[in-house]
Amino acid sequence: MSAISRRKMIGRGLAAAAGLSGLAAAERIADRFGLVPPDHGGIYGPGETLTYAAQRLLTRHSLAREFSRSQISHSPFANETAPSSDQFKRLQADGFKAWRLSIEGLVARPSSLSVDDIRRLPASRQITEIVCEEGWSYIAEWIGTPLVDVLRVAGVMPQARYVAYFSIEADWWESVDMADALHPQTLVAYAMNDADLPVGFGGPLRLRVPRQLGYKSVKYINRLVVTDNLKQFGKGLGSASPEGGYAWYAGI
Amino acid sequence: MAGITWTVDRPAPVEERADAPRHTALVRVTHWLTAVCFLALLVSGLEIVVSHPRFYWGESGNVLTPALFSLPIPSSRATVPTGYGYVLPDQNGWSRALHFQVAWVLVLTGALYLVWGAASGHFRAHLLPSGSERSLQALSRALARHARFARSAAGDARSYNLVQRLAYLAVIFGLFPFVIWTGLAMSPAFASALPSAVTILGGRQSARTLHFLVSLALVAFLLVHVAMVWLAGFGPRVMAMITGTPVPARGPE
Repeated sequence: MSAISRRKMIGRGLAAAAGLSGLAAAERIADRFGLVPPDHGGIYGPGETLTYAAQRLLTRHSLAREFSRSQISHSPFANETAPSSDQFKRLQADGFKAWRLSIEGLVARPSSLSVDDIRRLPASRQITEIVCEEGWSYIAEWIGTPLVDVLRVAGVMPQARYVAYFSIEADWWESVDMADALHPQTLVAYAMNDADLPVGFGGPLRLRVPRQLGYKSVKYINRLVVTDNLKQFGKGLGSASPEGGYAWYAGI
Repeated sequence: MAGITWTVDRPAPVEERADAPRHTALVRVTHWLTAVCFLALLVSGLEIVVSHPRFYWGESGNVLTPALFSLPIPSSRATVPTGYGYVLPDQNGWSRALHFQVAWVLVLTGALYLVWGAASGHFRAHLLPSGSERSLQALSRALARHARFARSAAGDARSYNLVQRLAYLAVIFGLFPFVIWTGLAMSPAFASALPSAVTILGGRQSARTLHFLVSLALVAFLLVHVAMVWLAGFGPRVMAMITGTPVPARGPE
């Protein structure tokens, strides 16, 4: 081996070592700043991580597009029939008076709110588009309480990193990071287009996350859990979607 | 920075020398990476389309609104009225994950190619029409030669003829950027950061429809590209793109 090629080899070895330690450092920094999604394992992990990290750097505070009243869709598509459980039917028959939204986990005051309790909190209205991962969409006005104001009732602890939210329907749950949880457009919606939120569209309560695809806007929510660790829920992938092959982060 | 040399620093671009490879290593690697990525994006993209084979114009659209056009295929979702009495298996999960991961590889490959192409003089030397070619007469002559399927001129063994150059420029600087743009415009988070990227296109559903149409245009390019390589002599030209071995020069007939 000539001196030049040896020097080249050493140079390349150093570059490779620098690259590897650079990657390790990048991973630590990415984790520190919350740029790694909970479903980062597996063969599609690199893509999910790049997308989530890039969009978190670009869109931490950006606002979902809002539309004019004239753009509200005349034919919104519900994509859902009502939950068939007896529990839901009993609650529905009573006008959802007994519906409760519990707030648990890393909160100072674990709480349980009725729909009327939530209606008494500051209301927010938004005309936004809901987009299904299949490709279709509609625009509607959603009225509700910003999730941040609902969480404030219970007092979020500073170590909180995610908010998991659960539907009354079994195995239907999602979670968002604090950037989306505290985002002013993330609503606990109870009305749509100036009427109570229809059951087909998620009534009595639906979490509305307009900067992500529709499947993050879970219907019939009855439980919020503030947490610093998503591993404790389900298969530890952050939500039910990755368990079915879909991305946890659905901003794309 | 040891070991990195810039092609621009050399006295003459490497591909100009007599013993130079037909295609530089960077062109070869980025060409095949792009080819593999495109096929993966095409397969996964079609799979995603199957979940809603209806297209709309404007901001929003769903099965309750009229479609601009629909593909006459069954769907993987029961909610889409297709006229078929059955629903295909749902493959959207992995299709979406593959689509977005490969899109990253394609974008990073494209960025590397663009930076290198500009810095090394590749675009100037091989893609931009040379001075004598920048006329309508030159274009009509080249098109006439193409229409007769005439064999390429001797110089074409080392570079591209005018029609090739224009087609490659349109794909590299037109169709690929547009397919990336229309794809990003469908991302609700990206749209929140850059709303005009969606509104310029006429809305979210317009972006989706355009994304589909541009990918059809890219498929058309791929078919013509492969057909032309076939007509010009498949083996030597594919080898030239794999190993860089120069294509034997032939005179015009």
